Amino acid sequence: MEAKAIEAFLLPLSQSGLFELLSPTPPGWGGNLLRGLFNSVQIALGAFGLGLAIGTAGAYGKLYGGPVIRDLLEVYTTIMRAVPELVMILLLYYAGTDLVNRALQGFGYSPIDISGLVAGIAVLGIVQGAYATEVLRGAILAIPQGQIEAARAYGMSPSLLMRRITLPAMLPFAIPGLANLWLIATKDTALLAVVGFNELTLETRQAAGSTKAYFTFFMAAGVLYLLLTLFSNVIIGRIERWSRRGMPSVAGGH
Amino acid sequence: MRTSGAIREDISTAPDGAAEAIHIENLHKKFGELHVLKGVSLSARDGDVVAIIGGSGSGKSTLLRCINCLENPTSGIIRVNGEEIRLKSDSHGNTVPADRRQIERIRSRLGMVFQSFNLWSHMTLIENVIEVPVHVLGIKREEAIATAEKLLARVGLSDKRDVYPAFLSGGQQQRGAIARALAIQPRVMLFDEPTSALDPELVGEVLKVIADLAREGRTMILVTHEMKFARQVASHVIYLYNGQVEEEGPPEQIFGTPRSERLKQFIRNIG
Repeated sequence: MEAKAIEAFLLPLSQSGLFELLSPTPPGWGGNLLRGLFNSVQIALGAFGLGLAIGTAGAYGKLYGGPVIRDLLEVYTTIMRAVPELVMILLLYYAGTDLVNRALQGFGYSPIDISGLVAGIAVLGIVQGAYATEVLRGAILAIPQGQIEAARAYGMSPSLLMRRITLPAMLPFAIPGLANLWLIATKDTALLAVVGFNELTLETRQAAGSTKAYFTFFMAAGVLYLLLTLFSNVIIGRIERWSRRGMPSVAGGH
Repeated sequence: MRTSGAIREDISTAPDGAAEAIHIENLHKKFGELHVLKGVSLSARDGDVVAIIGGSGSGKSTLLRCINCLENPTSGIIRVNGEEIRLKSDSHGNTVPADRRQIERIRSRLGMVFQSFNLWSHMTLIENVIEVPVHVLGIKREEAIATAEKLLARVGLSDKRDVYPAFLSGGQQQRGAIARALAIQPRVMLFDEPTSALDPELVGEVLKVIADLAREGRTMILVTHEMKFARQVASHVIYLYNGQVEEEGPPEQIFGTPRSERLKQFIRNIG
C-alpha cells in the first residue's frame, strides 16, 4: 500500500526527468550544485574563522584598549552592522580589490588577480568580525569577575589568563551568539553570487536557467542549505554541551 | 611584629630570627577622592598568623589585596620575603607595578583564598588545584596531580576530585580553594573573609581546615569577622579603624583588655 503510494508519487517525478536533472554526473547538474555547496561551506568556514579572530581581538580591544583603540573599534562595529551586507559586499569586493591592486602598483608590484574565494572570505569575515566583537565582548563581561581576579592573584600572565581562563570561561555565554553567526555565515555566502563567485546559489541559478527547471533546482538548493543547518546544529549542540560541562542544567533536566 | 599606629605594641610572637615574610610600611590607598588606607604598616615573620579585624569600610580587605597588588597602593612600601615590589606611576598618574614579571612571580607564591571562593568554573576540582602549579610554576602534570590528590584528601574532598565547582556546596568550594592555594606551596597564605559567604552550618568545616594550617606553622594573613576564631588562631591581631591601625597586639590583649574606646565598642557590638 505504502510502497504503491510512494511509487505513484515518484513516477511522475522520474518521468519529468528529476533524477536525470539532479544526477551528479553530466548531463545532470547535481555535481555543479554540490561543488557550489562545497565552495559555500569553504567560504563560510573561512569567514567565520576570520570573524572569530577579528571578534576576539575586537572584544579585547573594546574592553581593555586605550581610548583611541576603543573609538576605532566602535566606528568599525557601528558601520559594519549599520550598512546592509549586500552593499558591504559590493563595496568591499570591488573597492577592496581595486584598493589592493592600486596599493600594489604604488609599491611597484604588478596587479594580482584576487581569487573569489579569498575575497569572499575577507569580505564576509570583516562583516562577521563586527558582530563577533559584540558577542564575545558580552560573553567576557558575563564571566564572574572573581575567576579573572583569582587567575591574576596566582600570577598568571595576561596571555596565559586569556588562554586558560577567559576564553574557556566565556565560551558557554558566547556559543548561542556564535552559533547564530555561523548559520548567518552559511547563508550570507549566497550574497557572493552578485559578484560572480560560484557558490551554491549562483550554481543553482545557472542550472535552473539552462534547464528552465527553476522549481526543481531552487528546491534542491534549499534542501542543501537545510541539511547544512541541520548538520551544523548537531555539531553546535555537542560543542555547547561540552562548553557548559561545569554548569548545572537550568531546567534540572538534560 | 612591628607596626605603627595609634597604640604601638612591640611584641614579637614569632621565634627570634624568623625571616620576615611580609613587610608593609606607610601604605596609602586612594580610590579617587576616597582615602581608604591612611598610612598602614604591618609586618609578619615566618610562622606568624596575623588577623586583621575591623568594621566594614575600615580598609581591611583593601590592605590584604594590596599585598599582591590586586589593588595597587597609592604609595608605600611592600616587601614580600624581603623583596620589595617595584612600583611606578602610569600615564594616568596611578601607581602600578613597574615590572609585570616580578609581580607575577611574587603572586605565584602567595596563596590567596577569597570570600566568594572564585574557583574556575570550567575546570573540575582537581584541575583547579593543578592549574597554577602546571601552567604558572611549570611543575610536571603527574607530579602536580599526586600533590593535588594529597591536598584534596587533606581538606576532605577526595571523592569530589572530578566534580565541577558549581556542583559543590559553599563549604566544599572553599575547602577546594584552600587546596588550590596550598598547591603552590605558598610562602604566605592570604585569607580574605573566607567564611563570610558561607551558610552558618558550613562555616565550621572551613575554619577547622584553616586552624589546622595555623597549627602547622603556616604564615597567614587573615581578614575575618570571626572574632572567636581570630582569638583562637592568631598570633597577632590588628584592629583597623577608618584606614588606620587603631590598636594591635596579641589576641589576649586585643580581645581581653582592649585599650582603645573604638575597639572596646567594636568587640562589644560584634559580641
